[in-house]
Amino acid sequence: MYEFTYSKASSLDDATSQFGTAEEGKYMSGGMTLLPTLKQRLARPSNVIDLAEVPDMAGIEVSGGIVSIKAMTRHAAVAASADVQRAIPALAKLAGGIGDPMVRNRGTIGGSIANNDPAADYPGSVVGLGATIHTNKREIAGDDFFLDLFETALEEDEIITKVTYPVPDRAGYMKFPNPASRYCIVGVMVSQKGSEIRVGVTGAGACAFRVPEMESALASSFTPEAVADIKIPDGDLNGDIHASSEYRAHLVTIMAKRAVAEAIA
Amino acid sequence: MSVKFSFTINGKSVEGDVEDRTLLVQYIRENLGLTGTHVGCDTTQCGCCTVHIDGTPMKSCTMLAVQADGCEVTTIEGLATDGELHPMQAAFRENHALQCGFCTPGMVMSAIGIVDRHKGQKLDEKTVRRELEGNICRCTGYHNIVKAVLAASEVMNK
Repeated sequence: MYEFTYSKASSLDDATSQFGTAEEGKYMSGGMTLLPTLKQRLARPSNVIDLAEVPDMAGIEVSGGIVSIKAMTRHAAVAASADVQRAIPALAKLAGGIGDPMVRNRGTIGGSIANNDPAADYPGSVVGLGATIHTNKREIAGDDFFLDLFETALEEDEIITKVTYPVPDRAGYMKFPNPASRYCIVGVMVSQKGSEIRVGVTGAGACAFRVPEMESALASSFTPEAVADIKIPDGDLNGDIHASSEYRAHLVTIMAKRAVAEAIA
Repeated sequence: MSVKFSFTINGKSVEGDVEDRTLLVQYIRENLGLTGTHVGCDTTQCGCCTVHIDGTPMKSCTMLAVQADGCEVTTIEGLATDGELHPMQAAFRENHALQCGFCTPGMVMSAIGIVDRHKGQKLDEKTVRRELEGNICRCTGYHNIVKAVLAASEVMNK
Protein backbone atom coordinates (compact mmCIF):
# COMPACT_ATOMS: atom_id res chain seq x y z
CA MET A 1 0.00 0.00 0.00
CA TYR A 2 1.05 3.54 -0.63
CA GLU A 3 1.01 5.81 2.38
CA PHE A 4 -2.20 7.54 3.37
CA THR A 5 -3.64 9.34 6.34
CA TYR A 6 -6.39 7.51 8.19
CA SER A 7 -9.13 9.30 10.06
CA LYS A 8 -12.50 8.49 11.54
CA ALA A 9 -15.57 10.52 10.73
CA SER A 10 -17.90 11.24 13.65
CA SER A 11 -20.88 12.22 11.47
CA LEU A 12 -21.84 12.52 7.81
CA ASP A 13 -21.10 16.26 7.90
CA ASP A 14 -17.73 15.57 9.47
CA ALA A 15 -17.03 13.01 6.74
CA THR A 16 -17.83 15.38 3.89
CA SER A 17 -15.87 18.20 5.49
CA GLN A 18 -12.83 15.94 5.90
CA PHE A 19 -13.30 14.86 2.30
CA GLY A 20 -13.39 18.52 1.23
CA THR A 21 -10.03 19.33 2.76
CA ALA A 22 -8.30 16.12 1.61
CA GLU A 23 -6.13 16.21 -1.47
CA GLU A 24 -7.67 12.93 -2.62
CA GLY A 25 -10.15 11.54 -0.13
CA LYS A 26 -11.66 8.08 -0.08
CA TYR A 27 -14.45 6.92 2.18
CA MET A 28 -14.13 3.50 3.79
CA SER A 29 -17.09 1.38 4.89
CA GLY A 30 -16.32 -2.32 5.42
CA GLY A 31 -13.13 -2.03 3.37
CA MET A 32 -13.60 -5.43 1.73
CA THR A 33 -12.87 -4.00 -1.71
CA LEU A 34 -11.04 -0.81 -0.81
CA LEU A 35 -8.27 -2.48 1.18
CA PRO A 36 -7.47 -5.12 -1.47
CA THR A 37 -7.42 -2.30 -4.04
CA LEU A 38 -4.99 -0.31 -1.92
CA LYS A 39 -2.84 -3.38 -1.30
CA GLN A 40 -2.48 -3.87 -5.03
CA ARG A 41 -1.63 -0.17 -5.40
CA LEU A 42 -4.52 0.30 -7.81
CA ALA A 43 -5.58 3.42 -5.92
CA ARG A 44 -3.61 6.10 -4.14
CA PRO A 45 -5.83 8.20 -1.89
CA SER A 46 -4.13 10.77 0.33
CA ASN A 47 -6.78 10.26 3.00
CA VAL A 48 -8.90 7.29 3.99
CA ILE A 49 -11.96 8.47 5.90
CA ASP A 50 -13.51 5.66 7.95
CA LEU A 51 -17.30 5.85 8.26
CA ALA A 52 -17.46 3.05 10.88
CA GLU A 53 -18.23 5.40 13.77
CA VAL A 54 -20.84 7.54 12.04
CA PRO A 55 -23.94 6.88 14.16
CA ASP A 56 -27.14 5.29 12.89
CA MET A 57 -25.73 3.87 9.66
CA ALA A 58 -26.70 0.20 10.14
CA GLY A 59 -30.02 -1.58 10.51
CA ILE A 60 -32.88 -3.16 8.62
CA GLU A 61 -36.52 -2.17 8.64
CA VAL A 62 -39.44 -3.73 6.80
CA SER A 63 -42.71 -1.81 6.75
CA GLY A 64 -45.35 -0.66 4.31
CA GLY A 65 -44.10 -2.93 1.54
CA ILE A 66 -40.58 -1.49 1.68
CA VAL A 67 -37.37 -3.17 2.85
CA SER A 68 -35.05 -0.45 4.04
CA ILE A 69 -31.42 -1.32 4.65
CA LYS A 70 -29.05 1.27 6.06
CA ALA A 71 -25.81 1.65 4.17
CA MET A 72 -23.39 0.12 6.66
CA THR A 73 -25.42 -3.00 7.31
CA ARG A 74 -23.16 -6.01 6.88
CA HIS A 75 -23.96 -8.68 4.31
CA ALA A 76 -24.19 -11.26 7.11
CA ALA A 77 -26.92 -9.21 8.82
CA VAL A 78 -28.99 -8.97 5.63
CA ALA A 79 -28.58 -12.70 4.99
CA ALA A 80 -29.61 -13.61 8.54
CA SER A 81 -32.48 -11.13 8.84
CA ALA A 82 -35.78 -12.97 9.33
CA ASP A 83 -37.57 -9.85 8.05
CA VAL A 84 -35.62 -9.82 4.78
CA GLN A 85 -36.00 -13.60 4.44
CA ARG A 86 -39.77 -13.16 4.72
CA ALA A 87 -40.16 -10.06 2.54
CA ILE A 88 -37.60 -10.70 -0.23
CA PRO A 89 -36.02 -14.15 0.20
CA ALA A 90 -34.04 -13.65 -3.02
CA LEU A 91 -32.31 -10.64 -1.47
CA ALA A 92 -31.37 -12.56 1.69
CA LYS A 93 -30.04 -15.32 -0.52
CA LEU A 94 -28.00 -12.83 -2.56
CA ALA A 95 -26.43 -11.35 0.57
CA GLY A 96 -25.65 -14.85 1.90
CA GLY A 97 -23.77 -15.72 -1.28
CA ILE A 98 -21.36 -12.79 -1.34
CA GLY A 99 -17.70 -13.75 -0.87
CA ASP A 100 -17.40 -15.97 2.20
CA PRO A 101 -18.55 -15.77 5.83
CA MET A 102 -15.65 -13.55 6.94
CA VAL A 103 -16.16 -11.15 4.05
CA ARG A 104 -19.88 -11.04 4.82
CA ASN A 105 -19.04 -10.21 8.43
CA ARG A 106 -17.39 -6.94 7.36
CA GLY A 107 -18.60 -5.95 3.89
CA THR A 108 -21.54 -3.54 3.68
CA ILE A 109 -24.37 -2.96 1.22
CA GLY A 110 -23.58 0.75 0.80
CA GLY A 111 -19.91 0.07 0.18
CA SER A 112 -20.69 -2.56 -2.42
CA ILE A 113 -23.14 -0.35 -4.30
CA ALA A 114 -20.99 2.79 -4.14
CA ASN A 115 -17.97 0.87 -5.39
CA ASN A 116 -19.94 -0.64 -8.31
CA ASP A 117 -17.61 -3.52 -9.08
CA PRO A 118 -18.92 -5.08 -12.29
CA ALA A 119 -18.85 -8.52 -10.60
CA ALA A 120 -20.53 -7.50 -7.33
CA ASP A 121 -23.88 -9.03 -6.35
CA TYR A 122 -25.81 -6.08 -4.89
CA PRO A 123 -25.96 -3.98 -8.09
CA GLY A 124 -27.97 -6.81 -9.66
CA SER A 125 -30.54 -6.47 -6.87
CA VAL A 126 -30.72 -2.69 -7.23
CA VAL A 127 -31.79 -2.86 -10.90
CA GLY A 128 -33.54 -6.24 -10.61
CA LEU A 129 -35.77 -5.14 -7.73
CA GLY A 130 -36.06 -1.45 -8.60
CA ALA A 131 -34.40 -0.14 -5.45
CA THR A 132 -33.86 3.50 -4.55
CA ILE A 133 -30.47 4.72 -3.33
CA HIS A 134 -30.66 7.32 -0.58
CA THR A 135 -27.67 9.56 0.04
CA ASN A 136 -26.78 12.43 2.33
CA LYS A 137 -28.02 14.73 -0.46
CA ARG A 138 -30.86 13.09 -2.39
CA GLU A 139 -32.59 9.96 -3.62
CA ILE A 140 -31.45 8.25 -6.82
CA ALA A 141 -33.54 5.70 -8.72
CA GLY A 142 -31.74 2.36 -9.01
CA ASP A 143 -32.11 2.44 -12.79
CA ASP A 144 -30.16 5.72 -12.96
CA PHE A 145 -27.46 4.81 -10.46
CA PHE A 146 -24.90 2.63 -12.24
CA LEU A 147 -23.24 4.43 -15.12
CA ASP A 148 -20.20 2.41 -16.15
CA LEU A 149 -17.30 0.34 -14.81
CA PHE A 150 -16.86 1.48 -11.15
CA GLU A 151 -18.78 4.63 -12.08
CA THR A 152 -22.03 5.69 -10.39
CA ALA A 153 -24.31 8.71 -10.24
CA LEU A 154 -22.76 9.62 -6.86
CA GLU A 155 -20.96 12.93 -6.66
CA GLU A 156 -17.39 12.75 -5.40
CA ASP A 157 -18.16 13.44 -1.75
CA GLU A 158 -21.65 11.95 -1.67
CA ILE A 159 -22.38 9.14 0.81
CA ILE A 160 -25.05 6.44 0.54
CA THR A 161 -27.13 6.34 3.71
CA LYS A 162 -29.62 3.60 2.87
CA VAL A 163 -31.12 1.48 0.14
CA THR A 164 -34.86 0.88 -0.08
CA TYR A 165 -36.38 -2.06 -1.94
CA PRO A 166 -40.08 -2.31 -2.82
CA VAL A 167 -41.25 -5.79 -1.80
CA PRO A 168 -42.01 -7.70 -5.02
CA ASP A 169 -44.77 -10.29 -5.46
CA ARG A 170 -42.03 -12.74 -6.30
CA ALA A 171 -38.35 -12.69 -7.10
CA GLY A 172 -35.46 -15.06 -7.71
CA TYR A 173 -31.68 -14.63 -7.78
CA MET A 174 -29.21 -16.96 -9.40
CA LYS A 175 -25.52 -16.51 -9.89
CA PHE A 176 -22.70 -18.37 -11.48
CA PRO A 177 -19.86 -17.59 -9.11
CA ASN A 178 -16.18 -17.56 -9.79
CA PRO A 179 -15.21 -20.65 -7.78
CA ALA A 180 -12.27 -18.95 -6.03
CA SER A 181 -13.48 -15.44 -5.26
CA ARG A 182 -17.27 -16.06 -5.32
CA TYR A 183 -17.66 -12.87 -7.35
CA CYS A 184 -20.36 -13.13 -10.01
CA ILE A 185 -19.31 -14.29 -13.42
CA VAL A 186 -22.99 -13.69 -14.10
CA GLY A 187 -25.79 -12.99 -11.63
CA VAL A 188 -29.44 -12.41 -12.50
CA MET A 189 -32.21 -11.02 -10.28
CA VAL A 190 -35.70 -11.46 -11.68
CA SER A 191 -38.75 -9.91 -10.03
CA GLN A 192 -42.42 -9.26 -10.53
CA LYS A 193 -44.47 -6.62 -8.74
CA GLY A 194 -47.92 -6.32 -10.22
CA SER A 195 -47.42 -5.64 -13.92
CA GLU A 196 -43.81 -4.55 -13.45
CA ILE A 197 -41.24 -7.17 -14.40
CA ARG A 198 -37.52 -6.69 -13.91
CA VAL A 199 -34.53 -8.68 -15.07
CA GLY A 200 -31.34 -7.25 -13.55
CA VAL A 201 -28.00 -8.64 -14.68
CA THR A 202 -24.68 -8.21 -12.89
CA GLY A 203 -21.22 -9.61 -13.62
CA ALA A 204 -21.74 -9.70 -17.37
CA GLY A 205 -21.26 -6.08 -18.43
CA ALA A 206 -19.42 -2.94 -17.35
CA CYS A 207 -22.15 -2.43 -14.75
CA ALA A 208 -25.54 -3.89 -13.87
CA PHE A 209 -28.21 -3.61 -16.55
CA ARG A 210 -31.78 -4.69 -17.36
CA VAL A 211 -32.86 -6.93 -20.22
CA PRO A 212 -36.05 -5.41 -21.68
CA GLU A 213 -36.57 -8.26 -24.14
CA MET A 214 -36.70 -10.81 -21.33
CA GLU A 215 -38.93 -8.52 -19.26
CA SER A 216 -41.56 -8.28 -22.01
CA ALA A 217 -41.41 -12.03 -22.62
CA LEU A 218 -41.96 -12.62 -18.89
CA ALA A 219 -44.85 -10.15 -18.89
CA SER A 220 -46.77 -12.45 -21.22
CA SER A 221 -45.65 -15.64 -19.50
CA PHE A 222 -43.72 -15.68 -16.21
CA THR A 223 -42.04 -19.03 -16.86
CA PRO A 224 -38.44 -20.19 -17.41
CA GLU A 225 -39.38 -21.20 -20.96
CA ALA A 226 -40.28 -17.59 -21.81
CA VAL A 227 -36.63 -16.51 -21.55
CA ALA A 228 -35.01 -19.78 -22.64
CA ASP A 229 -34.46 -18.68 -26.23
CA ILE A 230 -33.57 -15.06 -25.61
CA LYS A 231 -29.87 -14.46 -26.16
CA ILE A 232 -28.36 -11.11 -25.35
CA PRO A 233 -25.67 -9.75 -27.70
CA ASP A 234 -22.16 -10.44 -26.40
CA GLY A 235 -20.49 -7.47 -28.10
CA ASP A 236 -20.28 -5.21 -25.03
CA LEU A 237 -19.96 -7.90 -22.38
CA ASN A 238 -16.90 -8.56 -20.23
CA GLY A 239 -14.44 -11.21 -21.33
CA ASP A 240 -11.51 -12.37 -19.19
CA ILE A 241 -9.57 -15.49 -18.21
CA HIS A 242 -12.57 -16.74 -16.26
CA ALA A 243 -15.21 -16.46 -19.00
CA SER A 244 -15.37 -15.07 -22.53
CA SER A 245 -18.04 -12.56 -23.47
CA GLU A 246 -19.82 -15.24 -25.52
CA TYR A 247 -19.91 -17.52 -22.49
CA ARG A 248 -21.21 -14.71 -20.29
CA ALA A 249 -24.00 -13.99 -22.79
CA HIS A 250 -24.92 -17.68 -22.68
CA LEU A 251 -24.90 -17.67 -18.87
CA VAL A 252 -27.26 -14.67 -18.73
CA THR A 253 -29.96 -16.78 -20.39
CA ILE A 254 -29.28 -19.79 -18.16
CA MET A 255 -29.20 -17.77 -14.93
CA ALA A 256 -32.36 -15.86 -15.95
CA LYS A 257 -34.17 -19.15 -16.57
CA ARG A 258 -33.12 -20.50 -13.18
CA ALA A 259 -33.98 -17.24 -11.42
CA VAL A 260 -37.51 -17.34 -12.86
CA ALA A 261 -37.82 -20.98 -11.81
CA GLU A 262 -36.79 -20.01 -8.30
CA ALA A 263 -39.21 -17.07 -8.24
CA ILE A 264 -42.21 -19.26 -9.10
CA ALA A 265 -41.14 -22.23 -6.96
CA MET B 1 1.84 9.63 9.50
CA SER B 2 1.16 7.44 12.46
CA VAL B 3 -2.02 6.56 14.21
CA LYS B 4 -2.81 5.56 17.80
CA PHE B 5 -5.30 2.98 18.92
CA SER B 6 -6.00 0.55 21.71
CA PHE B 7 -7.71 -2.79 21.82
CA THR B 8 -7.83 -5.98 23.81
CA ILE B 9 -6.16 -9.06 22.39
CA ASN B 10 -6.62 -12.43 24.04
CA GLY B 11 -7.71 -10.60 27.18
CA LYS B 12 -4.73 -8.21 27.37
CA SER B 13 -4.94 -4.52 26.51
CA VAL B 14 -2.52 -3.14 23.98
CA GLU B 15 -1.87 0.39 22.85
CA GLY B 16 -0.61 0.78 19.34
CA ASP B 17 1.09 3.62 17.55
CA VAL B 18 1.84 2.56 14.00
CA GLU B 19 1.82 3.80 10.43
CA ASP B 20 -1.76 4.38 9.26
CA ARG B 21 -1.50 1.73 6.57
CA THR B 22 -0.42 -1.08 8.94
CA LEU B 23 -2.63 -4.11 8.50
CA LEU B 24 -4.07 -5.81 11.56
CA VAL B 25 -2.35 -9.09 10.69
CA GLN B 26 1.01 -7.31 10.38
CA TYR B 27 0.52 -5.67 13.76
CA ILE B 28 -0.49 -8.94 15.40
CA ARG B 29 2.48 -10.84 13.98
CA GLU B 30 5.25 -8.28 13.88
CA ASN B 31 4.48 -5.93 16.75
CA LEU B 32 2.82 -8.32 19.17
CA GLY B 33 4.80 -11.40 18.13
CA LEU B 34 1.68 -13.55 17.93
CA THR B 35 2.67 -15.56 14.89
CA GLY B 36 -0.13 -18.14 15.07
CA THR B 37 -2.18 -15.95 12.73
CA HIS B 38 -0.81 -16.62 9.27
CA VAL B 39 -0.63 -14.72 6.01
CA GLY B 40 -1.42 -17.03 3.12
CA CYS B 41 -2.74 -15.29 0.03
CA ASP B 42 -2.83 -11.71 1.32
CA THR B 43 -5.83 -11.18 -1.00
CA THR B 44 -8.81 -11.96 1.29
CA GLN B 45 -9.35 -15.42 -0.16
CA CYS B 46 -7.48 -18.10 1.80
CA GLY B 47 -8.63 -17.36 5.36
CA CYS B 48 -5.31 -18.20 7.09
CA CYS B 49 -5.39 -14.78 8.78
CA THR B 50 -8.84 -15.21 10.34
CA VAL B 51 -9.20 -13.78 13.84
CA HIS B 52 -12.24 -12.90 15.93
CA ILE B 53 -13.22 -9.26 16.26
CA ASP B 54 -15.74 -8.94 19.11
CA GLY B 55 -16.42 -12.65 18.69
CA THR B 56 -16.95 -12.57 14.92
CA PRO B 57 -14.49 -14.15 12.46
CA MET B 58 -12.88 -11.65 10.11
CA LYS B 59 -9.85 -11.63 7.84
CA SER B 60 -7.08 -9.68 9.52
CA CYS B 61 -5.18 -9.18 6.25
CA THR B 62 -8.07 -7.03 5.07
CA MET B 63 -8.36 -4.76 8.07
CA LEU B 64 -6.16 -1.93 9.18
CA ALA B 65 -4.79 -2.32 12.70
CA VAL B 66 -6.52 0.94 13.65
CA GLN B 67 -9.89 -0.50 12.61
CA ALA B 68 -9.68 -2.81 15.62
CA ASP B 69 -9.63 0.25 17.89
CA GLY B 70 -11.82 -0.41 20.91
CA CYS B 71 -12.51 -4.01 19.90
CA GLU B 72 -11.82 -7.35 21.52
CA VAL B 73 -9.54 -9.37 19.29
CA THR B 74 -9.02 -13.11 19.74
CA THR B 75 -6.33 -15.05 17.91
CA ILE B 76 -5.55 -18.76 17.89
CA GLU B 77 -3.24 -18.17 20.88
CA GLY B 78 -6.19 -16.95 22.93
CA LEU B 79 -8.41 -20.01 22.58
CA ALA B 80 -6.93 -22.45 25.09
CA THR B 81 -7.74 -21.86 28.74
CA ASP B 82 -5.38 -22.93 31.53
CA GLY B 83 -3.48 -25.19 29.18
CA GLU B 84 -6.62 -26.94 28.00
CA LEU B 85 -7.34 -26.84 24.27
CA HIS B 86 -10.54 -25.25 23.01
CA PRO B 87 -12.97 -28.01 21.92
CA MET B 88 -12.38 -27.04 18.28
CA GLN B 89 -8.60 -27.36 18.69
CA ALA B 90 -9.04 -30.66 20.48
CA ALA B 91 -11.28 -31.96 17.68
CA PHE B 92 -8.73 -30.93 15.05
CA ARG B 93 -6.08 -32.94 16.92
CA GLU B 94 -8.37 -35.88 17.54
CA ASN B 95 -9.47 -36.11 13.90
CA HIS B 96 -6.06 -35.42 12.40
CA ALA B 97 -7.58 -32.38 10.70
CA LEU B 98 -4.25 -30.97 9.59
CA GLN B 99 -1.44 -31.93 7.33
CA CYS B 100 1.13 -29.16 6.92
CA GLY B 101 -0.76 -27.03 9.44
CA PHE B 102 -0.45 -23.71 7.68
CA CYS B 103 -4.18 -23.12 7.21
CA THR B 104 -5.07 -24.62 10.61
CA PRO B 105 -5.25 -21.48 12.79
CA GLY B 106 -7.57 -19.80 10.29
CA MET B 107 -9.62 -22.97 9.88
CA VAL B 108 -10.09 -23.26 13.65
CA MET B 109 -11.09 -19.60 14.00
CA SER B 110 -13.66 -19.79 11.18
CA ALA B 111 -14.93 -23.18 12.30
CA ILE B 112 -15.78 -21.73 15.71
CA GLY B 113 -17.74 -19.06 13.82
CA ILE B 114 -19.72 -21.77 12.03
CA VAL B 115 -20.71 -23.46 15.28
CA ASP B 116 -21.59 -20.09 16.82
CA ARG B 117 -23.82 -19.16 13.88
CA HIS B 118 -25.76 -22.40 14.24
CA LYS B 119 -25.87 -22.48 18.03
CA GLY B 120 -28.01 -25.28 19.36
CA GLN B 121 -28.57 -26.79 15.91
CA LYS B 122 -27.17 -30.02 14.62
CA LEU B 123 -24.62 -29.17 11.95
CA ASP B 124 -24.47 -31.21 8.77
CA GLU B 125 -21.58 -31.82 6.44
CA LYS B 126 -23.03 -29.70 3.64
CA THR B 127 -23.35 -26.64 5.87
CA VAL B 128 -19.81 -27.04 7.18
CA ARG B 129 -18.36 -27.43 3.69
CA ARG B 130 -20.27 -24.42 2.41
CA GLU B 131 -19.34 -22.20 5.33
CA LEU B 132 -15.67 -23.13 5.15
CA GLU B 133 -15.57 -21.60 1.69
CA GLY B 134 -13.50 -18.68 2.96
CA ASN B 135 -10.65 -20.99 4.01
CA ILE B 136 -8.33 -22.80 1.67
CA CYS B 137 -6.28 -25.88 2.63
CA ARG B 138 -3.65 -26.43 -0.04
CA CYS B 139 -2.94 -29.92 1.26
CA THR B 140 -6.62 -30.44 0.32
CA GLY B 141 -7.20 -32.06 3.69
CA TYR B 142 -10.81 -30.95 3.88
CA HIS B 143 -12.28 -34.33 4.71
CA ASN B 144 -10.87 -34.53 8.23
CA ILE B 145 -11.35 -30.80 8.80
CA VAL B 146 -15.08 -31.22 8.17
CA LYS B 147 -15.12 -34.24 10.51
CA ALA B 148 -13.41 -32.22 13.21
CA VAL B 149 -15.85 -29.31 12.92
CA LEU B 150 -18.81 -31.70 13.18
CA ALA B 151 -17.24 -33.41 16.20
CA ALA B 152 -16.46 -30.10 17.91
CA SER B 153 -19.98 -28.81 17.32
CA GLU B 154 -21.35 -31.71 19.36
CA VAL B 155 -19.06 -30.80 22.27
CA MET B 156 -19.58 -27.05 21.99
CA ASN B 157 -23.38 -27.39 21.87
CA LYS B 158 -23.50 -29.53 25.02
